[in-house]
Amino acid sequence: MVTFDNNGIYCAQAGIYIDPWNAVDKAIITHGHSDHARIGMGSYLAHKHSVPVLKYRLGEDIKGEGVEYGETRVLNGVKISLHPAGHIWGSAQVRLEYKGEIWVISGDYKLQHDKISQPFEPVRCHNFITESTFGLPIYRFPDITDVHTDINNWWRQNKEEGKNSVLITYALGKAQRVLNQLDDTIGTIYTHGAVDNVNKLYETTIGKLTPSQRITVETNRADIKGAMIIAPPSAMDTPWMRKLQPYKLGICSGWMQLRGARRRRGADRGFIMSDHADWEQLNTAIQETGAENIYVTHGYKSVYAKWLQETYKLRATEVETLYAGEQADDTIDIETKDGKDNESI
Amino acid sequence: MKAFSELFTRIDQTTSTNEKIDALADYFATADTADAIWCVAILSGRRPKRTVKAGELRDWCAEMSGTPVWLLEESYHIVGDLAETISLLLPANTDTKDHSLNTIIKSLIALQDSDEQTRKEFVMQAWREFSQQELFIFNKLITGSFRVGVSDKIIIKGLAKHFNIDENIVAHRLTGNWDANATTLQDLLSAENAGDDISKPYPFYLAYPLETAVEELGEVDEWQIERKYDGIRGQIIIRDKQLFVWSRGEDLMTEKFTEFQSLINHLPSGTVIDGEILPVKDGQLLPFHVMQTRIGRKNVTKKNLQDAPLAMICYDLLEDNGVDIRYMSLMERRNILDSILTAAKEKFPELPMMLSPTVECDTWEEVAKERLIAREQNCEGLMLKRKTSTYKTGRRRGEWWKWKVDPLSIDGVLIYAQRGHGRRANLYTDFTFAVWDGEELVPFTKAYSGLTDKELVEVDSWVKKHTKEKFGPVRSVTPELVFEIGFEGINPSPRHKSGVALRFPRILRWRKDKGIKDANTKEDLMDLLKINNG
Repeated sequence: MVTFDNNGIYCAQAGIYIDPWNAVDKAIITHGHSDHARIGMGSYLAHKHSVPVLKYRLGEDIKGEGVEYGETRVLNGVKISLHPAGHIWGSAQVRLEYKGEIWVISGDYKLQHDKISQPFEPVRCHNFITESTFGLPIYRFPDITDVHTDINNWWRQNKEEGKNSVLITYALGKAQRVLNQLDDTIGTIYTHGAVDNVNKLYETTIGKLTPSQRITVETNRADIKGAMIIAPPSAMDTPWMRKLQPYKLGICSGWMQLRGARRRRGADRGFIMSDHADWEQLNTAIQETGAENIYVTHGYKSVYAKWLQETYKLRATEVETLYAGEQADDTIDIETKDGKDNESI
Repeated sequence: MKAFSELFTRIDQTTSTNEKIDALADYFATADTADAIWCVAILSGRRPKRTVKAGELRDWCAEMSGTPVWLLEESYHIVGDLAETISLLLPANTDTKDHSLNTIIKSLIALQDSDEQTRKEFVMQAWREFSQQELFIFNKLITGSFRVGVSDKIIIKGLAKHFNIDENIVAHRLTGNWDANATTLQDLLSAENAGDDISKPYPFYLAYPLETAVEELGEVDEWQIERKYDGIRGQIIIRDKQLFVWSRGEDLMTEKFTEFQSLINHLPSGTVIDGEILPVKDGQLLPFHVMQTRIGRKNVTKKNLQDAPLAMICYDLLEDNGVDIRYMSLMERRNILDSILTAAKEKFPELPMMLSPTVECDTWEEVAKERLIAREQNCEGLMLKRKTSTYKTGRRRGEWWKWKVDPLSIDGVLIYAQRGHGRRANLYTDFTFAVWDGEELVPFTKAYSGLTDKELVEVDSWVKKHTKEKFGPVRSVTPELVFEIGFEGINPSPRHKSGVALRFPRILRWRKDKGIKDANTKEDLMDLLKINNG
């Protein structure tokens, strides 16, 4: 019922692709990150909160249709519904059912609650397509409450030392969850233009975020003192950032679990925070689906598939895709069609 | 261990040198004396002999964490550090106990001759009692070099700050072999005890590569110009009728250089000479690889001594008649050195020591010409030293410069990639390159350095998309990318398929303008071999 071809994950019966990487007629999009949502599709079906993101990134003129979680569409006999993936706000797993056979394409997901996106919902199925970005037992993410406490303490301490705190996060998804857990009694929160654009999108689509100020050409940099600045990975090593000195640099990413990854990027602090599932979460999610056939995509796919075969006796297969997962070094951050992210430099 | 772990965390959580120095100074101010000396020992690479094998750690960790060994191996390839891998896999301990750093290290040393069961029980017990960060440090103490972004310079500055002693003095007193079990930082650094260890070398003065146009150095006659020899930089110490030979890496190598034993009889006591140790036969310098065959050996045979007799080309005199003369000018030091060597040679002409000849030039143009012929002389280039310079410690700008010849280079095709370690863990950064041998690509060198972080990420992602086969941590890739490989020397090597071994290979640049057909051939390598080994 579902196959993998040169364009992406395909359901021939419904004539629809999920997160295709080449231009096709009909596409279901799990979420708005650029490795999953690409330009040029005839039509886009996504969760209703994801559609504004797609329009912002791919253009207002795309044909995008939004649906609720759990709402069922039928296409040539195939029952299609979207379910929360917990990855970022509006992210979805895609459930396809035809003649009793059920497939779930999970896109990117996590089980950790981030208080911004609707938590992951396990969906029973026969065939489950999973990512494996952090599919090794060395990835065990810490309690997220502790991470947020660490971030606030770090900010407080940097402020005492007369320094700014620059926190690197993806603009779409992670920036909003981080922002909402910052303690704004410590000081002022500033944002890079790329982050602020997505924040505005979130606020018009879903609701209020912790107040922050966008850094623009009018902003007097001398006023930015002991502040928290949220910036995307693309802002690193730019003149824009150098003007924020003196500052300490923190990075929020699952890769920060490894010292090497953090040291390579020259960060003072790595905060282990990911919108992907760690080892335990992957194993839990897969067992909860009850699926016997597991297709493992982007990440440590061969290792993780072998683990699933040996440990849970599942039929696990690795699949080549062009999804990137969480990047330690940028590239899948949100970039807009006209590249206006850096207008505020 | 908790205090040391906190120190480690403070150092690890900053990229600022000053903050690292402060963290060390704070630690020295509060730490137990027995711990503080071990802290310095470990951070400066003086770790005790290893008593537990890596394979044992891996197996015990697999057992305790319930991770299959194959999965542990895969994880290790990603992390690039066994100590860290284990600390990530073991179950977290909430109820932790504190043990002092020195007791932990002493217990580890005591495992020396114990049986496997005893070692296993000790390690596993520790694994149950430490927090994750302490676990990592504990494992690091077992597995090896403690590279945590603390250079010797930072340790010296931290000590200088806390003990309020001049950095140069700290640097000197920290050199050589001392036993963290038998001394304290107070004793090691105090003036009264400074003369105790007669083997103690002086810290080496090192040069930076020339950064400006050579003319900007001023008048030629203010500079002493020497050839830059390609051997082992060493320090020969004669004190109290005893000989000590130190390498720049602060390894005591006296036993390996039996040629120098006779110096005890010919040089005055209280003499310390800085120079380059090289194979010299009948007054001729031999290529570096001739010496390599005997450096690695435990026992030097008669044949080794005949084939690769060693001598020192003497650069500098640091101690004369037991007096530290590093404060004198280079010219003064050289004059005394010259007279000592001349006097010794009068009595003993075979003395394996010669004064480093100066290259006499009247203009910078002449200097530049001399640099270009360096390879013909089995040299790497020139050394430019200001005649008035004192002998400083460590790598310094301003008065000593090295001006090397441009490296030899060959365009090679990337054929294998392997994951790196440490900072480069999880990225494919260790590469093997090939040249054409007819229609076949034969590997000729590995290279790790030379690309920017940005290029590394780019190549890494290319490797992942162009993998042909996987062999453990190594991937073979489609031959497509061409890189210019630079190296300092080329030697015949029957062990390598290409027939050559390179000295200091590194990537000069990514030749995006070249296709694989433009890469060099094995014949090109053979030509370079002929030219450079006369």
